[in-house]
Amino acid sequence: MSLHAQIVESLREDFGEQILEVVEFRGDTTVYVPPRAIVPVCTFLRDHKTYAFNLLAALTAVDHWPEEPRFEVVYQLYSISQKLFFGLKVPVHGDAAEVPTLEGVYPNANWHEREVFDMFGVKFNGHSDLRRILMPQDWEGHPLRKDFPLGYEEIQFSFNFDEIDKRKPYAKE
Amino acid sequence: MLGEHNEITVDELKGLVSDRAIEGETMLLNMGPQHPSTHGVLRLLLELDGEVVVSCVPDIGFLHTGIEKNMEAKSYEKALVMTDRMDYLNNLGNNLCYCLAVEKLVDLDVPERAQAIRVILTELQRIASHLVFTASHALDLAAMSVFLYCFREREHILDIFELCSGARMMTSYFRPGGLWRDVPDEFEPAVRDFLKMMPDRIDQYEALLTNNPLYLDRVKNIGVIDSAEALSWGLTGPSLRATGLAWDLRKANPYSGYEKYAFDVPVGEKGDTFDRYIVRIREMRESLKIIEQALGSLPEGPVRSDNRKYVPPPRSELGHSMEAVIHHFKLWTEGFPAPKGSVYNAVESPRGELGCYLEGNGSAKPLRVHFRTPSFAALQVLPRLSEGHLIADLVAIISSLDPILGDSDR
Repeated sequence: MSLHAQIVESLREDFGEQILEVVEFRGDTTVYVPPRAIVPVCTFLRDHKTYAFNLLAALTAVDHWPEEPRFEVVYQLYSISQKLFFGLKVPVHGDAAEVPTLEGVYPNANWHEREVFDMFGVKFNGHSDLRRILMPQDWEGHPLRKDFPLGYEEIQFSFNFDEIDKRKPYAKE
Repeated sequence: MLGEHNEITVDELKGLVSDRAIEGETMLLNMGPQHPSTHGVLRLLLELDGEVVVSCVPDIGFLHTGIEKNMEAKSYEKALVMTDRMDYLNNLGNNLCYCLAVEKLVDLDVPERAQAIRVILTELQRIASHLVFTASHALDLAAMSVFLYCFREREHILDIFELCSGARMMTSYFRPGGLWRDVPDEFEPAVRDFLKMMPDRIDQYEALLTNNPLYLDRVKNIGVIDSAEALSWGLTGPSLRATGLAWDLRKANPYSGYEKYAFDVPVGEKGDTFDRYIVRIREMRESLKIIEQALGSLPEGPVRSDNRKYVPPPRSELGHSMEAVIHHFKLWTEGFPAPKGSVYNAVESPRGELGCYLEGNGSAKPLRVHFRTPSFAALQVLPRLSEGHLIADLVAIISSLDPILGDSDR
């Protein structure tokens, strides 16, 4: 049995119903858990004697708009001793986009969660400092949502310069 | 951090700095975003007690260019050019990370020659990046001549990149399925010249810094961190290896044929600023070893996969093969569809683990591309490293973490 399968097995033993789905794709294993289970599952994986997933390699989100549950918060854990990546995903409904923070388990989740909040508007309950991190503080909307337009700048030529200039958004005073 | 009228209000500062700063006992100083030693556009809000840093609040995002959003609007092959522009000292490394992720997603094999050339070029890129590190690190500590020497050697590497790809920095040379085209005949002699010259040049930098008491006084025991804490903050790459943990993705999870080459993983002892410097210097020597082996055993053969569903046919076939024309047309108008599913692929960039999370939805454009960048993690640990040090030491710590703001902000 591969190491991935062993980990899934021991997760099923401890968390039973809370393991929603297991996806194997191109050698990556991803386990779906509900929001309430993410902190216990990560604590379990981090403190496990053999697996010891001691690095939170990446934390991000995906927007499946207009499908529901709309968001998936994606966690990539890494175990230095086993040289292994392991994926976790938390499906989140668009109406109540809230996930408990992982800061208590992996301190570096702090900035990654701020980035997900900034880009997707997913709230992390219990986060110590949930501010925008990449976009300006007064920015409206969450740019990586699928219903957020990509945006572009209209090209001004001499014949339509004034017309475009009128509706062009300039930095306000 | 700016309020409605572009002023920082007291409420917004609460929680970021201590109460002493709000009462006026300690001083708040804004360092950056335009500051020569914050390596680009990093802004730090410093709380100072005299010259000692009480707390440090990094503010990033000044170089956010929406690369991840833009990539979602492009086909897989066209999105590649965006990756050049993330970490502008590791263009080929970003190309590699993205290409490997795409190849993993669509299950595409890369010819051995292309893999070996990828290794040679990314190792050259690693040396170039470490040269900029050494240069700017020394410059921040007021050693001007090291800066000039390092940039002299970096030019040689950029010339080699120009030889292959036509561009010094924005290379876009690696493509999903292989390379843009084979390297020219001048490539091998140019790399051999570089290999012959470089060891002596590294000795020169070391003569200027490694045993220089003026330098050592500034970097020994500054910004110390241990392995467990560094890992908990997501610190990877040379900064993690400086703490004594020999973890390198090229060894732990080899990709692109790294398992074929013999090289050591240099580690530090205490995880201070000096260790972060010396690990990078030693890594340059190891990279030279890898390049020499890869160049010596460079296999002949094609440099692009012949899977026409993903890789466009060569120009020569277009004249006489109808199928080639169809493939060419389909790939350059629509691109190739990738299956539903997500992959995560990580490579060892000069700064640490560079990961690419890629999700396809069956169409020719990615549903989501995310880059886990090492500079993001390095800046997050900065408050922890700088506490209790002088501002002058903070400058040494920032440069020893080697953050690239294009990398952290994307």
